[in-house]
Amino acid sequence: MSEAPVGLNSTVSATHRDAAPPRPLWQVIFVRPETLTFVLLVLAIFAGGQLSPYFLDIRYILDSFTLTAELSLLALILTLVIIAGEIDLSPASAMALSACLFAYAMSFDWPMWICVSIGIGSGLIMGAINSALIIGLQLPSIIVTIGTLTLYRGLAQVIAGDKSIRVPEWYIGIDKVQVLGLPAPDLIFILAAIALAFLLGMTVWGRQIYQTGTNETAAIYAGIRTRRIKAVLFLATGVTASIAGMIFISRLGSVRYDLGLGGELQMVLMAMLGGTYIFGGRGTILGTFLAALLLSVISTGMTTANLLPATQLCVLGVLLVLSIIATNFIYSRTQR
Amino acid sequence: MLKKTVLAGLALGFGLMASAAMAASNFKVVYIGKNTGNPYFDSITGGFVDACKKIGCEFEFVAPATAEATSQIPFIEAQIQRGVNVIAIAPNSPDAMNQVLDKARAKGILVLTVNGDIVGSEGHRDANILPVDFTKTGPNQVELMGSMIGYKGEIAILSATTEAPDQNTWIAAMKKTLAENPKYKDMKLVATVYGDDQPEKSTTEMEALLSNYPNLVGVIAPTTVGIAAGAQVVKSRGIANKVHVTGLGLPSEMRDFVKDGTVSAFQLWSPYNEGWLAAYFADGVLNGKIKNTVGTKFDVPSLGSITILEKNVMNTQAELTTFDKANIDKFNF
Repeated sequence: MSEAPVGLNSTVSATHRDAAPPRPLWQVIFVRPETLTFVLLVLAIFAGGQLSPYFLDIRYILDSFTLTAELSLLALILTLVIIAGEIDLSPASAMALSACLFAYAMSFDWPMWICVSIGIGSGLIMGAINSALIIGLQLPSIIVTIGTLTLYRGLAQVIAGDKSIRVPEWYIGIDKVQVLGLPAPDLIFILAAIALAFLLGMTVWGRQIYQTGTNETAAIYAGIRTRRIKAVLFLATGVTASIAGMIFISRLGSVRYDLGLGGELQMVLMAMLGGTYIFGGRGTILGTFLAALLLSVISTGMTTANLLPATQLCVLGVLLVLSIIATNFIYSRTQR
Repeated sequence: MLKKTVLAGLALGFGLMASAAMAASNFKVVYIGKNTGNPYFDSITGGFVDACKKIGCEFEFVAPATAEATSQIPFIEAQIQRGVNVIAIAPNSPDAMNQVLDKARAKGILVLTVNGDIVGSEGHRDANILPVDFTKTGPNQVELMGSMIGYKGEIAILSATTEAPDQNTWIAAMKKTLAENPKYKDMKLVATVYGDDQPEKSTTEMEALLSNYPNLVGVIAPTTVGIAAGAQVVKSRGIANKVHVTGLGLPSEMRDFVKDGTVSAFQLWSPYNEGWLAAYFADGVLNGKIKNTVGTKFDVPSLGSITILEKNVMNTQAELTTFDKANIDKFNF
């Protein structure tokens, strides 16, 4: 027990009394959940190539992504909702209902702008119902959107019955359209990701979404209109759901009430796998973007290798648990 | 000496097996089921596997976890990428797969729907294989019932739901057969009830039949849930020798009832033969031996002559298969 170390300690703590030492730059850049997602993506591509000789074909991988592009698009906007401290489980059902209405309108040969207005309008109304219940009546979003998840799906079944509604030939095949060497749905997803990443990362509005999710009370005292932010996010989710539905119909050529059944879980999975914190305040568009690619690569790789769906479910489950552990570990080490 | 002969025989056998294995690169066929964990598809798969051993093809079975409309699409895409020659599929949707099936056909893949069809979208597949000509189901069932009750007495029908299209077609055919064929003039259909393909409801309806019609001698249940429920009721009441139950059932579910004598015979088709026929048909079309046009006739080992019907539909058997004590152990679906 010499005096020297104590003296040294006290000097150190005196100099840095107000703040913990700043994290080294390399840590800020690399120790984050997205890094894990990226590493997994690289590993998954490698593993896919090992599992089947038919997998490593960039054309095929890009084409396969169109199968999940609609849900991935919705996962991007859902990421913002989760960062703002809420959840929306209804987009997959909203997508089905809006798509049924859109296809139903088209079956009457109405002008295109009317059909599109009906599609987008229904998405807007469904978003408005969600926000009215959650923000207007101050109900928990998880309960409200489980309710509307069932309600929207039910309405879709009332409208479409068990039959499928077909759309005209000219409307079919958006996934066959190549723009800049990419299938159109892939490109839409990439552009949406860039736009939302800019919005979330570079604008005041984006900072306000993070603050709303981190501590709503503090955000309100700081003059942020958190209710307005959340309302806009729920409306945007509704509209995105209807756009995703239109892409989906063009790819399938027809729509039934069970379009994207269970899709909400895939969307939440993408957000979680990308490092979005389920209690809000943390997460990035980049993470969800990488996770969407990761999920597509994993399922395509395993399906191409003719692996049993049971194996696929196990792999996805393990990945999700792993990523949640990693996300929580990283966030607990890097102070809030 | 004997040892030498055995060895020579073995060598010859191995040689034959090797040559069969050489022929195995003939073509690649995949069957995409509705969903995994369905024993019915194991039987169809068995037919494919055995036929492929004979004619030399590579076979694989894949299926999604759920039978939802779009769940088979990634599997079709993957098979196109794998470069298979034949995609056989039990479709989960009558039209959600049209685009991707067209893509497969554009790549020169032969697309067959097996055990179910894409009704209304027939142009998006090359041919369809169904187990049996469903117009024969009604008359076949009436004949089986008649043979069990000596063609005499009151009978009833325990069906699925009131809207079930297949069952309603069969029931209409049963009524017609009973009315028009003099052989069945002493058989009287007294009631048709609906168990909604739910075990509890089917049991209740069966109990009600027994109390409402004390002279009942037979019940036809043309649905797998109904026949199992009906057999259970007569078994627990110990009246199997008085009221005869038959219909369409799964051998796996009915095996115990047949063995203990509750049900002497019931019918269904053989899913195994669907796989068998699909593989032989694919082989014939790919090698130019069978022309895939309506009216073409061709021979398939153990099935006999098969004709391509309207809309390129083929049936594996003309009449239903009857299962009884003698043959039930041969079927495992």
